Amino acid sequence: MAAISMTHGLIVASVLFSLGLLGVLVRRNIVFILMSIEVMLNAAGLAFVVAGARWGEVDGQIMFLFILTMAAAEVAVGLTLVVQIYRRLGTLDADAASMLRG
Amino acid sequence: MVTTFYAAAVVAIVATALAISQKNVVHGLLYLIVSLLAVALMFLALGAPFVAALEVIIYAGAIMVLFVFVMMLLNLGPRTVEQERRWLPPRIWIGPLVLAGVLLVELIAALASGGPMTSGLMGDPRQVGIVLFGPYVLGVELASMLLLSGLVGAYHLGRQGPERN
Repeated sequence: MAAISMTHGLIVASVLFSLGLLGVLVRRNIVFILMSIEVMLNAAGLAFVVAGARWGEVDGQIMFLFILTMAAAEVAVGLTLVVQIYRRLGTLDADAASMLRG
Repeated sequence: MVTTFYAAAVVAIVATALAISQKNVVHGLLYLIVSLLAVALMFLALGAPFVAALEVIIYAGAIMVLFVFVMMLLNLGPRTVEQERRWLPPRIWIGPLVLAGVLLVELIAALASGGPMTSGLMGDPRQVGIVLFGPYVLGVELASMLLLSGLVGAYHLGRQGPERN
């Protein structure tokens, strides 16, 4: 059984990360920005697991668990902010929330 | 498992590209869930079944449900039913269904081939647990504190504050 090339795995991870970065830069809907951040975190976790598979160590999987925890905490706070922004501004446009006061 | 990995990688990239280019948030979420399932299949092909299961349960399950929940919360009112019908017409399911079907066919083919499901390079869940609570136990404690602060932060931010505008 041929092993999966680490280079190809890292290429897939970087393509996914680039797509997430593109989403953050291009989209102005806050929920899409949060989704793109999730895609980027997921791609980082994929890179960790691919690297762990290359050397046959479980450390890559451990790092993915930590990334998963961080993503869960981040998305809880981020979605709460989305709810607050929608409640106060009545829109999901990120450009509308440009006044950082109060 | 090599073909499974590459096919899942193609599905993941296509689904992610479609997810960030949708106009409607709920349509994007559908594609994002398919993308996460594809990444889970990639983990399985890489020999990390524990992480693949967690990807499905936590990412595609809990986090995406949170997204869908908030999207539904933002649109309360009598027009919700009509809006939901407009959000999810039957044809919008076609794309995610096709991509998810490709993943299902891959999984069935990999299971039916009878060989080892993974390339067998990485540790099983037991080894992951031993390492997680051995050298990385400090990280586990930090993760618990991070989750607690996330909980407190979400509760604080989510209070019904004074209305503006």
